Amino acid sequence: MITRDDIISWLQCYRQVVGENKDYLTQLDAAIGDADHGANMDRGFAAVLEKMPTVAAKDIGAILKMTGMTLVATVGGAGGPLYGTFFMRAGATVDGKMELSPLEFLAALEAGLAGVQQRGKATTGEKTMVDALTPACQALRRALEAGQPLSAALQQAAQAAEEGMKATIPMLATKGRASYLGERSIGHQDPGATSSYLLFRCAADCFANKNKE
Amino acid sequence: MKKLINKPEDVVVEELQGIAAAHPDLVRVHFNPNYIVRADAPIQGKVGIVSGGGSGHEPMHGGYVGMGMLDAACPGAVFTSPTPDQMFEATKAVNGGAGVLHIVKNYTGDVLNFEMAAELAQAEGIEVASVIIDDDVAVQDSLYTAGRRGVGTTVLAEKICGAAAEQGRSLQEVADLCRKVNGWGRSMGMALTSCTVPHVGKPTFDLPEDQMEIGIGIHGEPGRTRMPLKTADEITEMLALPVINDLPFKAGDTVIAMVNGMGGTPLIELYIVYRKLAEICKAHGITIARSLVGNYITSLEMAGCSITLLKADDDIIKLWDAPVKTAGLRWGA
Repeated sequence: MITRDDIISWLQCYRQVVGENKDYLTQLDAAIGDADHGANMDRGFAAVLEKMPTVAAKDIGAILKMTGMTLVATVGGAGGPLYGTFFMRAGATVDGKMELSPLEFLAALEAGLAGVQQRGKATTGEKTMVDALTPACQALRRALEAGQPLSAALQQAAQAAEEGMKATIPMLATKGRASYLGERSIGHQDPGATSSYLLFRCAADCFANKNKE
Repeated sequence: MKKLINKPEDVVVEELQGIAAAHPDLVRVHFNPNYIVRADAPIQGKVGIVSGGGSGHEPMHGGYVGMGMLDAACPGAVFTSPTPDQMFEATKAVNGGAGVLHIVKNYTGDVLNFEMAAELAQAEGIEVASVIIDDDVAVQDSLYTAGRRGVGTTVLAEKICGAAAEQGRSLQEVADLCRKVNGWGRSMGMALTSCTVPHVGKPTFDLPEDQMEIGIGIHGEPGRTRMPLKTADEITEMLALPVINDLPFKAGDTVIAMVNGMGGTPLIELYIVYRKLAEICKAHGITIARSLVGNYITSLEMAGCSITLLKADDDIIKLWDAPVKTAGLRWGA
């Protein structure tokens, strides 16, 4: 089972990784966007970690919803409402739960993805975070349904997210600010897909010792 | 990076503190969440108008808060949309019972955040109408993009709708007018240099000394095409013709014309551009009824300019001439 402490470690891990990759994410965004993704995500997750003590005794749903609401209020740009919606929707599906089965964790991630697609009116192939989140959720579902342990399933999800992220390089952007570049968006990796890949990378690293459930 | 700042992370807050100190007669500044509101808000029975967007476009939007224009402005981080909590609080602060209009520039972040804010305000029983400004003709194919960006027409829409709200028009009427202004306004911009976002510390894109970008937005994002630098007359034509042909503006039309500086171009050059724009309009049989030349919607210290034409009927001209008293635009009051 995934405990609330696991969820908190996952968010702590992501906050650290976002901090380490702040300049990288901003560089990717400078090429096809407006050079703020790294700084925005860094500011948002720093705020999430600051607020973590206020939900220390609460359930996983409350932790994820706090994360989403904090992101909405601190990130700005498109990333704020999109990542905010991701965590708010994920949290709403696991309300009141102090631990999650791997399939419940997957359901929360899938609800988050559906929220992102709805809010951003985006689907796969448009050079957005959806291109990393979608294959990651699909790979996780396939692996769990095949009876694989959570740790192995998350490794596959992270790998699928990485492939999805890399697949954005040759794509023509049709959503978000990168779409204004038209053909010139081709050849650049999408910063939102990159931060989404990192989220799954952290889950895989964080839950590496979880298995056989 | 060479900037007149203290710390990059304090840029927006210190700017807001400066605005509060400089214009206590016009505005109040609220911190956490950050918004600038008319000193006399809320005005009972008047439609409130709220806009907002990333910082770095000054005087837009904070400089347009005051009598005859905006009731509140929400500044985000530099080039980053503000957040729904700011917009929600600003909406509540200006709600005088006649509803609130959100004027939103068409950028994915701004649209999504304002959408969430409108949902929050409506849940509290405040009537909210939203109008999206998307006047940038440099973005040609809206089927395969996030749609045209909101640029120069935003300034004109804020002035004209502000005057209409001041007259006591209803939310529906002010929103319809805003859509009409957006439908009749077209803009296009260009850059001679890039700009440097304070917390990034280096120019957003590289633009060699002998090159320019045509069709830029206002966030330091690259434009549609890069080419060798040309003369002011040639550049003005490259901006004005796509603008004229897009609506299209026709012989006999009356317009309000704006030549806007991107922040790093002196007025002497903007007037050279305006001179050519006036010549082009005349040749097309277009009458410029009113004009605005200066820095109104900027992109930090970027050098360059944009041209906006707005087709204007008598109502729009009267609203344009109505008194306005803000830090960035002031006449008749």
